[in-house]
Amino acid sequence: MPSNARTRPNQQHYVAPVDETPLLAVDSVKTEGKPSNLWTDAWADVRRRPMFWISLALILIVVIVALFPTWFTQVPPNNDCQLANSNGAPTEGHPLGFTKQGCDIYSRIVHGASTSLSVGLIVTFLVAFLGIVFGAFSGFYGGWIDSVLSRIGDIFFSIPYILAAVVVMSVLSRYANVWVISLAIGLFAWPATARVLRAEILRVKNSDFVMAATALGVSRFRILLRHVLPNSIAPVIVITTLSLASAIVAEATLSFLGVGLPSDTMSWGNDISQAQTDLRTAPQVLILPSIALSITVLSFIMLGEALRDALDPKARAQR
Amino acid sequence: MAGYIVRRVLQVIPVLLGTTFLIYFMVFAMPGDPIIALFGEKTPPPAVVEQLRERYHLDQPFIVQYLYFLGGIFRGDLGTSFSGQPVTEILAQTFPVTLRLAALSVFFLMVAGVSVGLVSGLRKGGIFDASALVVSLILISVPIFVVGFVAQLIFGIQLGWFRTTVGTGAPTQDLILPALVLATGSFAMIVRLTRASVIETSGLDFVRTAASKGLSRKRIVPVHILRNSLIPVVTYLAVDFGTLMVGAVVTEGIFNVPGVGRTVYQAIIRGENPTVVAFVTVMVLIYLVVNLLIDLFYAVLDPRIRYAK
Repeated sequence: MPSNARTRPNQQHYVAPVDETPLLAVDSVKTEGKPSNLWTDAWADVRRRPMFWISLALILIVVIVALFPTWFTQVPPNNDCQLANSNGAPTEGHPLGFTKQGCDIYSRIVHGASTSLSVGLIVTFLVAFLGIVFGAFSGFYGGWIDSVLSRIGDIFFSIPYILAAVVVMSVLSRYANVWVISLAIGLFAWPATARVLRAEILRVKNSDFVMAATALGVSRFRILLRHVLPNSIAPVIVITTLSLASAIVAEATLSFLGVGLPSDTMSWGNDISQAQTDLRTAPQVLILPSIALSITVLSFIMLGEALRDALDPKARAQR
Repeated sequence: MAGYIVRRVLQVIPVLLGTTFLIYFMVFAMPGDPIIALFGEKTPPPAVVEQLRERYHLDQPFIVQYLYFLGGIFRGDLGTSFSGQPVTEILAQTFPVTLRLAALSVFFLMVAGVSVGLVSGLRKGGIFDASALVVSLILISVPIFVVGFVAQLIFGIQLGWFRTTVGTGAPTQDLILPALVLATGSFAMIVRLTRASVIETSGLDFVRTAASKGLSRKRIVPVHILRNSLIPVVTYLAVDFGTLMVGAVVTEGIFNVPGVGRTVYQAIIRGENPTVVAFVTVMVLIYLVVNLLIDLFYAVLDPRIRYAK
């Protein structure tokens, strides 16, 4: 076979000489410096978003208010109430006026922050834990484990979680506190997280690096823990941030329905619920804690949205 | 296709048994003796208590009670509430009201949500798109009961456009405001889904083909883009059915709508366990059936689902 002048040594097919080919994408890859991955890409994306920084600032404010309420108000939220001030207008030292019981609205809003935030965090940890355990095992191991775990998830998923929490809370009304209400919400809110993680793991577990790890003799459980889970956790982080927001709303909704926290517990939901009877005459008593609640929820939703845009390449391509 | 239907229906059975058991278990654990509670302040004679206990199977162990309950469901008998009215009768009275409320709400959702989403998607990045995103973010963040109270305050009390509470027989014009409030819970998601879907569809080949064929925008947008963008939106409505049901409990409470939601709420407060169980079970059954139907409907539309393992 006559050697073709245009074929390079050891090549069966024609390949253009290097000096004739334009610069390839591969050639322009920087080899020095840290390699980029999902997380560094996401960080580079997210730090350019104003929404991310605004939400982070708002969350920081709410967290500081929740941790150190006395930095923001010296007025005790409960003890100093005088019925003479019932639904009263703002006065010196009481910038937002008074509730029906004559308590300082501003002070109650400041002191109520920790309740909402605690419920949100406890529910989120519970949902993330249950969701990751169920989602990871059913997605990774498949087979009968998947069938059993997915059916259990279906059962919890098919009861709207606030409705379920209403039933649980009326069962446990005598013991109602932040922990019990978080348990009631979290117990029925995890299947959404499990489903998201399961789908992601199904996608990741067929990757080449998983096969490589298997070929190297890494145990199944270690593959799941060290290789599959870190690569499929991104959507879980997004949905967890959003579930924190829904948990705060759920607590307020339960308190509104009258099966939430005991009425002497400081909570925005309770304050809104107690103000509903005087909606006609003193709407500000209901609206002010609602604004605090909505801003907190909004900041977590904005954070979740910013993270979703950064962590989900599909959403990134769609913009 | 038949195989898929059978498999999908069989999958529902354990879920059905599990949910009914879970609900019954939770309600069974409720504190307080419903028979004693029935008599209020008075102390009932022991014989009467005994007889009532027997009639409602409260003297049996939990699992037997559950089996009675399950058997009842299969016979279409959901028991009687403690006021002596059969649960099915209460359902028959309240369900049509909630159905009308939900239908009206879904109608508003589809009309408003889809049109806002469509315009946003077609003018991606414009002022309308940006403001629609901001408004939808804010709407997601405000809990539905706050929306309800504020709407009641502004449109019911201050402007006087609507009645603040729903009158007897729940005439449809009274349901408009509650339905709008109920719709706000899902509005943002519908707008976003429609927008994303419209953006995706607009970039597809058949839209370009239609345009190069010389079709007008007036024909391409509704026929080629909108119709093909609606599929994920309709699925979301099915998934979101749970939100709609919970929203109904809250909205019906605020506006005093004589529907299923208000009945459930009042039954929980009064500790009427059989009524609660029956209604929550019916809600869950409806939810499961709606999702099953949507799944089957999809299998008809998209053969990939049918053959997927």
